[in-house]
Amino acid sequence: MPGFSLTLGVTLLYFTIIVALPLLAMLYKSFNLGWPEFWTIISSERALATYRITVGAAALATLFNALFGLLLAWVLVRYDFPGRRLLDAVIDLPFALPTAVAGLALVTVFSANGWFGQFLEPLGIKVAYAPLGIALAMMFTSISFVVRTVQPVLEDVALDVEEAARSLGATNWQIFAKVIWPAIFPAFIAGCSLSFARSLGEFGAIVFISGNLPFETEVMSLLVFIRLDEYDYPAAAALATVMLVMAFLMLFITNSIQAWQLRYADRN
Amino acid sequence: MQTATDLGAPAVQAQSSRRHGQQPGRLSHWLLIVSAIVLSALFIGVPIAVIFTYALREGVAVYFTQITQPATVHAVWLTVLTALVVVPINMIFGICVAWLVTRFRFPGRGLLITFVEIPFSVSPIVAGVTYLFLYGSQGLLGPLLETYDIKIMFTVPAIFLVSLFVTSPFVARELIPLMQAQGSEDEEAAITLGATGLQTFFYVTLPNIRWALLYGAVLCNARVMGEFGAVSVVSGAIRGQTNTLPLQIELLFNDYNVTGAFAASSTLALIAVVTLVLKYLLERKQSA
Repeated sequence: MPGFSLTLGVTLLYFTIIVALPLLAMLYKSFNLGWPEFWTIISSERALATYRITVGAAALATLFNALFGLLLAWVLVRYDFPGRRLLDAVIDLPFALPTAVAGLALVTVFSANGWFGQFLEPLGIKVAYAPLGIALAMMFTSISFVVRTVQPVLEDVALDVEEAARSLGATNWQIFAKVIWPAIFPAFIAGCSLSFARSLGEFGAIVFISGNLPFETEVMSLLVFIRLDEYDYPAAAALATVMLVMAFLMLFITNSIQAWQLRYADRN
Repeated sequence: MQTATDLGAPAVQAQSSRRHGQQPGRLSHWLLIVSAIVLSALFIGVPIAVIFTYALREGVAVYFTQITQPATVHAVWLTVLTALVVVPINMIFGICVAWLVTRFRFPGRGLLITFVEIPFSVSPIVAGVTYLFLYGSQGLLGPLLETYDIKIMFTVPAIFLVSLFVTSPFVARELIPLMQAQGSEDEEAAITLGATGLQTFFYVTLPNIRWALLYGAVLCNARVMGEFGAVSVVSGAIRGQTNTLPLQIELLFNDYNVTGAFAASSTLALIAVVTLVLKYLLERKQSA
């Protein structure tokens, strides 16, 4: 087969120039700070608050997406009902919609005089310009991950195994817990970790809805952006490096889960 | 490895011909279906509806005045230009990567596939920051470029570069599973019959992968046009110069021009809807 050296050359050259070189330039900048300064920046009170807020909101968003995503995948695969195709298509909308547009739409719907906000705020539920809004923005932008990873695996669950279980007298709940759940569990966890990873780095949707108050509604990506705006480049480099390390950690975890999922699927 | 990292699942995975699809018989089934539909309508449907409602709430005339104001028109133009530059380059890159990892076995192949997907895991803000520290005046190459009077940061080429970074895996991600599944027998036959490498690619491979390639390009295009975080770091957001459409939306919103912001948003929302329609059509073409 021809083309090995050509495609290898193009791939490596392009990847080095577009992806690797910029990443290395940032890490180089970070390493040049020296450990004491790097540590002072990333362990400052304000930075710690952003980690807490970001991870907390991402966890909440992922929890919601786990339940909602499982429900959607289940309904889409198991039942035939009018509007199923439309529902299937709508799930991709949050991915196709630019994050800035999503943020603008969400803040308008949930602000004090918005379609939902006017009913929620009198009940004391504040979403726009509050931590809940951050979780909502993360939820919206990462909703499709759990659905799209669970859906194909759920489709592959063998009907005959289910029927065998039923003929042996298993109840519906037993079939779900003993047959279906073990089969979809690895994919479910993989989808959740993808959703969580995406939420940690989200920026566009959040800036519109969070209110961006230090120590209250400031996420990691926003603090990096603010430091850039203040021309505090060392702080921006150090904080962005923390985000990059977290992203690589999540990539490693997700890849390990997916490798496990593939081995798991082969065994069954 | 197929992951649903961005913009939905890969084309090959999404055809759901094997679903069990039973008729919902019992009340509990309908309860699940209705709650799924209601939740989707509330959390996905309503935000989409609000975009078009607010864009048109002062009438069609105001809508068109807002959309045709010079700064917005320039932002649309710059956004389209960016897509025209970035999408073809990343299509070529995607084809090269897919050819390399599906037609050859070599040490480091698995690692390369993982590396190619890195931009998906990196936050858009971090992507922007990395370019700042490469080409900015504080960066690695910035001072060197300045001695030659070349400025990249806060210019249009910076927007191109960072968009290339963010969307580089899109096409490869669609092609790899497909070309893996198709195998290389067709190409081998062509080579045996005396075709050159390029002839083999254009007459044998390309017709087999064209819909998936187009599908990857459509997804890449949607992301390029909608990218916000990475572009906002490197563009400088100079009105009428380096402002793309997503940045223009934020600017209008901060200016309290809500209708203008929604009018600009409606164009991007429309692109998103068209993207999904194309996705649906291309998936059917590829599986046919």
